[in-house]
Amino acid sequence: MIINHPLLGPRDSAEFVYMGDASLIERPDPEAENAADQFHDYAYLRDNPAGELRELWFHEGGDRSWLVVTRDTRTHEISKVELARDVARSKGRSL
Amino acid sequence: MTQVNRVEGGQIDRNTPLKFKFDGKSYTGHAGDTLASALLANGVRLMGRSFKYHRPRGPLSAGSEEPNAIVTLRDGARAEPNTRATTAELFDGLSARSQNCWPSVKFDALAVNDAASDFLAAGFYYKTFMWPAPFWEKVYEPIIRKAAGLGALSMQEDPDEYDKGFRHCDLLIVGAGPSGLMAALTAGRAGKEVILADEDFAMGGRLLSEQIEVGSTSALDWTTQTIAELSSLPNVRLMSRTTVIGAFDHGIYGAVERVSDHLLEPAIGKPRQILWRIYAGKTLLCAGATERPIAFENNDRPGIMLASAMRSYVNRWAATPAQRVAIFTSCDDGHRTAADLHAKGIKIAAVIDTRADTPMSMNYEVLAGAQVTNTKGRLGLTVVEVQLADGSTRTLECGALGVSGGWNPNVHLTCHQRGRPTWDGDLSAFVPGGTLPPGMTVAGAASGDLSTNGALLSGANGAAEALGIKAADTPEADDTPATQSAFWYVEGCKRAWLDQQNDVTVKDVRLAHQEGFRSVEHLKRYTTLGMATDQGKTSNMGGLAIMAEIAGKGIPDVGTTIFRPPYTPVAIGALAGRMRGMEFHPTRLTPSHYWAKECGAVFVEVGNWLRAQWFPIEGETHWRQSVDREVKATRASVGVCDCTTLGKIDVQGADAATFLNKVYCNPFAKVAVGKTRYGLMLREDGIAMDDGTAARLAEDHFVVTTTTAKAGPVYQHMEFVRQCLMPDADVQLISTTEAWAQFAVAGPNSRALLQKIVDPEFDISNEAFEFMACANITVCGGLRARLFRISFSGELAFEIAVPSRYGDALMRKLMEEGEEFDVVPYGTEALGVMRIEKGHAAGNELNGTTTANNLGMGRMVSKKKDSIGTVLSERAGLNEDDALKLVGVKPLASEDKITAGGHLMAADGPVDAANDQGYVTSAAYSPEVGSMIGLALIKSGDARMGEKMRLVSPVTDSEVLVEVTSAHFVDPEGGRQRA
Amino acid sequence: MRYSGIKVIKEALTGHKGWKPAWREPDPKPHYDIVIIGGGGHGLATAHYLAKVYKQKNIAVIEKGWIGGGNVGRNTTIIRSNYLLDGNEPFYEFSLKLWEGLEQDLNYNAMVSQRGIMNLIHSDAQRDAFVRRGNAMILNGADAEYLDEAQIRAEYPFLKFDDQRFPIKGGLAQRRGGTVRHDAVAWGYARSADNHGVDIIQNCEVTGFKIENGVCKGIETSRGFIGAGKVGCAVAGNSGRLMGMAGMRLPIESHVLQAFVSEGLKPVLPGVITFGAGHFYVSQSDKGGLVFGGDLDGYNSYAQRGNLPVVEDVCEGGMAIMPMIGRARLLRMWGGIMDMSMDGSPYIDKTHIEGLYFNGGWCYGGFKATPASGYTFAHLLANDAPHETATAYRLDRFKTGHMIDEKGQGNQPNLH
Repeated sequence: MIINHPLLGPRDSAEFVYMGDASLIERPDPEAENAADQFHDYAYLRDNPAGELRELWFHEGGDRSWLVVTRDTRTHEISKVELARDVARSKGRSL
Repeated sequence: MTQVNRVEGGQIDRNTPLKFKFDGKSYTGHAGDTLASALLANGVRLMGRSFKYHRPRGPLSAGSEEPNAIVTLRDGARAEPNTRATTAELFDGLSARSQNCWPSVKFDALAVNDAASDFLAAGFYYKTFMWPAPFWEKVYEPIIRKAAGLGALSMQEDPDEYDKGFRHCDLLIVGAGPSGLMAALTAGRAGKEVILADEDFAMGGRLLSEQIEVGSTSALDWTTQTIAELSSLPNVRLMSRTTVIGAFDHGIYGAVERVSDHLLEPAIGKPRQILWRIYAGKTLLCAGATERPIAFENNDRPGIMLASAMRSYVNRWAATPAQRVAIFTSCDDGHRTAADLHAKGIKIAAVIDTRADTPMSMNYEVLAGAQVTNTKGRLGLTVVEVQLADGSTRTLECGALGVSGGWNPNVHLTCHQRGRPTWDGDLSAFVPGGTLPPGMTVAGAASGDLSTNGALLSGANGAAEALGIKAADTPEADDTPATQSAFWYVEGCKRAWLDQQNDVTVKDVRLAHQEGFRSVEHLKRYTTLGMATDQGKTSNMGGLAIMAEIAGKGIPDVGTTIFRPPYTPVAIGALAGRMRGMEFHPTRLTPSHYWAKECGAVFVEVGNWLRAQWFPIEGETHWRQSVDREVKATRASVGVCDCTTLGKIDVQGADAATFLNKVYCNPFAKVAVGKTRYGLMLREDGIAMDDGTAARLAEDHFVVTTTTAKAGPVYQHMEFVRQCLMPDADVQLISTTEAWAQFAVAGPNSRALLQKIVDPEFDISNEAFEFMACANITVCGGLRARLFRISFSGELAFEIAVPSRYGDALMRKLMEEGEEFDVVPYGTEALGVMRIEKGHAAGNELNGTTTANNLGMGRMVSKKKDSIGTVLSERAGLNEDDALKLVGVKPLASEDKITAGGHLMAADGPVDAANDQGYVTSAAYSPEVGSMIGLALIKSGDARMGEKMRLVSPVTDSEVLVEVTSAHFVDPEGGRQRA
Repeated sequence: MRYSGIKVIKEALTGHKGWKPAWREPDPKPHYDIVIIGGGGHGLATAHYLAKVYKQKNIAVIEKGWIGGGNVGRNTTIIRSNYLLDGNEPFYEFSLKLWEGLEQDLNYNAMVSQRGIMNLIHSDAQRDAFVRRGNAMILNGADAEYLDEAQIRAEYPFLKFDDQRFPIKGGLAQRRGGTVRHDAVAWGYARSADNHGVDIIQNCEVTGFKIENGVCKGIETSRGFIGAGKVGCAVAGNSGRLMGMAGMRLPIESHVLQAFVSEGLKPVLPGVITFGAGHFYVSQSDKGGLVFGGDLDGYNSYAQRGNLPVVEDVCEGGMAIMPMIGRARLLRMWGGIMDMSMDGSPYIDKTHIEGLYFNGGWCYGGFKATPASGYTFAHLLANDAPHETATAYRLDRFKTGHMIDEKGQGNQPNLH
């Protein structure tokens, strides 16, 4: 596969390490009342769609960016690649 | 023997005779021959035996679709089983032998299977061999295994090398027949980067085998001119002997180039084959078509072959399978063979055409509306039995029979991403359709355009459309539209072969249907149709058609099996390339490696690293002597160990402390500058991930260490936290594992030794540089260094880091300056002994299932802050009353062995899984204790100090009595490291 | 119809006219007591044991395509019970025992071949872990044998011992492990289930569940509604898709695992060999093909195909450990969808929806589990309580912190 890195251009996926669903960016609030349940769902449950999936790839053999890649799990077609940091900020994460 | 069946013409080089051997017998062929063409020229039709019934077989085809003529090529370690004689290029000194036959291909004992074929029908083995149960492994299976299989491996290491390479192009053209050549001209003349790949050693595809005109010249001359022009274009790369094996995601294609398979052995420094990964902007598949056979009774005898193959042998290779041949055809293509052979002076016994309205010939007899009903000839065809249109029968004597049932487009690569081909009723064939791999289009016969003119045009247009350029002008050629109608088998045939290699007959397909194996996948799996080394290229369609007819369905309704990579089988060596032997994985060397080697160190693989395991000295004959000495000397005075392999991560920025406070479960917000703190990282699921230290060299600068094994994963994790969870944190990370050489200097004299090299302005006395201190310093007169007062051994100890290129020098300096203290280098074994003696957790304890609680560090997990893993570490199942706790064990009898991996049982009571109390994680001989000791995870271990338990290791046959102790065997109060 | 050597001979002499279809092709009935979704190995085995052992009646197996077309039809055919953890080992040992009597139970020769499996050891830490595992196996009643380097050399002289990047230091063998003819497992269970009255309905795709007030009443399919007292789901890689129709999110990701087979060769490998330092394991089929595999491709996928880097990685492992296979040719490669769970261990459990039961999360180890998975799932469906060997396979184990993590990789499915 080829991942079109937003900073570096097209790169072979062999340069990357995969982690899975980009929902891992949305770490729950540990202070929440039902934090235990929220963390369980966060850490263990997956939509696992047959179709578009936003997923985390780490450019280990490159600039060490975490990317959010939107890829169809049926065809492997990649429709979007973003810096995970930008996605995290857009989700309201900061410090 | 002379080349009795060599005819005139052809593209062989008659001036270059090549000697070769087949089954021990010597023959002569010519440059340009394949093994099959040379054998046919020498009058040899019998080249092998089939898989199941051991039927005599000769070539069915003249290409990579060959099911029958497979041989073992070369001898010794280069022996290469299951090689198609039809694609093996002849070279001087070639040696080949038939396989799957004993004692010889002419007399094969297991041909008895053929006589017993009624007992060996499809799937018979699923219904018997069940009693008595143990007999399967002992009796039945060994017999079956021995009889099965085709060629044999040499059992020796492959002596040849393989390479890998990467190529990029605007247009990849797969196949260099008429469409591929025109596509290459179109794209090449437009200046595009083109790769034209063909599996054959000569480019031209069917143009090499046909007596036709292209433009105003012969097909061969046009091919030669075209290749000459393409060769002159710097942007066109011609890759013959190169099979595109698979279409992978995003325009990446795998291709295997057979660099040296046409040579006796590879030239020095050259690989046998190269696996290319081709990154193609666009791909045009011009893979041609494969002729399909017709099933009739005993259609598998040597001499019976595809009519187009016969034409290739005669036109291209000047070899005829026999002097008198017949043709059996259901379309016009068979007539073309008859005409070409006749022109070469080969006697045509008759053309048997299934159609009533067949074209007639002045030159030979044409039997219209006739069918072949049987054949004879034990080791090769002698007689063909024909049923004529009027129902009467006739026998024809002939040595070869060309069969043509029409053509199937080679759609394989279009299906590699699981697209399905579509049915073309006019052609009675599957053509490319559905979803093709993105970027791929198809031209020529592969697209169903079976005329030469159509191929030339669609090749030019295909390239033009793919690249948005203008098509090159195409020469004129035969544009007779191909007509072919479905004719799959002769009515009433039974032992009529579909899959010739695996011996699947029409009868087997009927039986599969009768038994309910009706889906095409069931058919394939039950009968093994299409599972042979030819991957069903000539057999799948026939099987499918017969199943469709029995089931009363259309062929497309029965379905088609998926074509998967590789297009043709690929040597495993080619897929591995150079990654074998010592090159299997990268080898990382420590900065002191060459010094250690000079010292005679024994090395051990630690992940990709090679580390010194121990340093034997004269007189030591057993590793334990060396290791015990190193431990004792270190604890008595001073020892030095290269610990560069520990991961080092530089953490800088205003939020560095905040960041570390998030990734470590214990507090890091308030670590003072100049101090180092032990840190435990949890995964988000609350399990311990790794431990190490973080040294605060400045307000905004920490140096984090990880274990050797986890250097990569921890770095990745920290980047995840930084980028995905704390995107606005002012913190930067970089791995500096390779940048700094780091040595542990341990033992009561470690300070004294270091004082000799640390520059005098730095006070490293206990008062000025206490336990867990850290600092940027200089050594040896100005060399920048980092000093950490941390201890893995439990002794007074330091770790000193210098830029990697000074590591070797520093190690030598430490040894030199340490002479007065009898300094020793110590390896990973002594390191391990001392850490076990001290009760420090390492990889064996941090095994991915243990929690801080298990490791005796439960109280470190801060509840006052949010750190990764805190929330889920509180789950009940991880905090049960009888949770495993890390403790020490030592044997009651000092000579007894502690086995790492042994399980602990109560001193009395049953020994079984239900009574398992835990296990020993690490074990070593402790010179300090005077016996072996171990670290163990035991249920409620911390409450069981002094308990006697049984340590059992049935798999290594040992059982000893042990006592549960503290994990800290040495200096439990920690006085030494603070000295 | 009973299969036997005598029957084969009789049929051979009478033109094979007497063979009957191995299973019927019934139309679905409007209602069954128990409907199993998924005509793969696990679903068919469940039906067999439900009917034969638990004496249940009125059962259907619903299959989207053709039976045996999922992972039971594309795997590397290995059976073994060399597990470490208490939650797993009794279950897999139960499975191995069922394999040992399978052919007689089914009257179908699935060619269960206990040719042994060998895990090679390359480092001290690996040795310690394998000794611990071998001991756990023996303590659970399974067999295990530790071999030192000399014993490995004697038994596998064709492995690469010299100039070896990761020298072979020993091995852990399970002699009762081995291989099975995978397709025949599906067919054998299907035929037996059919004989016991189970309706096997192929080409019938489930499109939804009918759930009323938290109770599952049946399934919507491409062949109409089928009512059911209980519905058991065993669809491996498609678990996420299927259970999504019931509104469930699962602790599962679907990943692609590739496997490979070489051209047929005369026998060279006696048993199964696993190269612990590379990503490679291999056995040789009765037909002669080397059957081998390695790691997952590593990304979520339903595409049933993989990519070149992993093909190369696996072949590199093969060439590192047995470079004699360099001139053997890879014939076919294929990819299956693996239902990778969050701790590498499966689920056999009720769901929060009454009447809806789930079997999945088999990762790439489902084949060896087929008999026990079917048996214990049948037990659960019949008794509404877990079988004693499958009590740990709960869907809620991550809530309670009772993970069964053999590899210690945590909640990242592609690392298991």
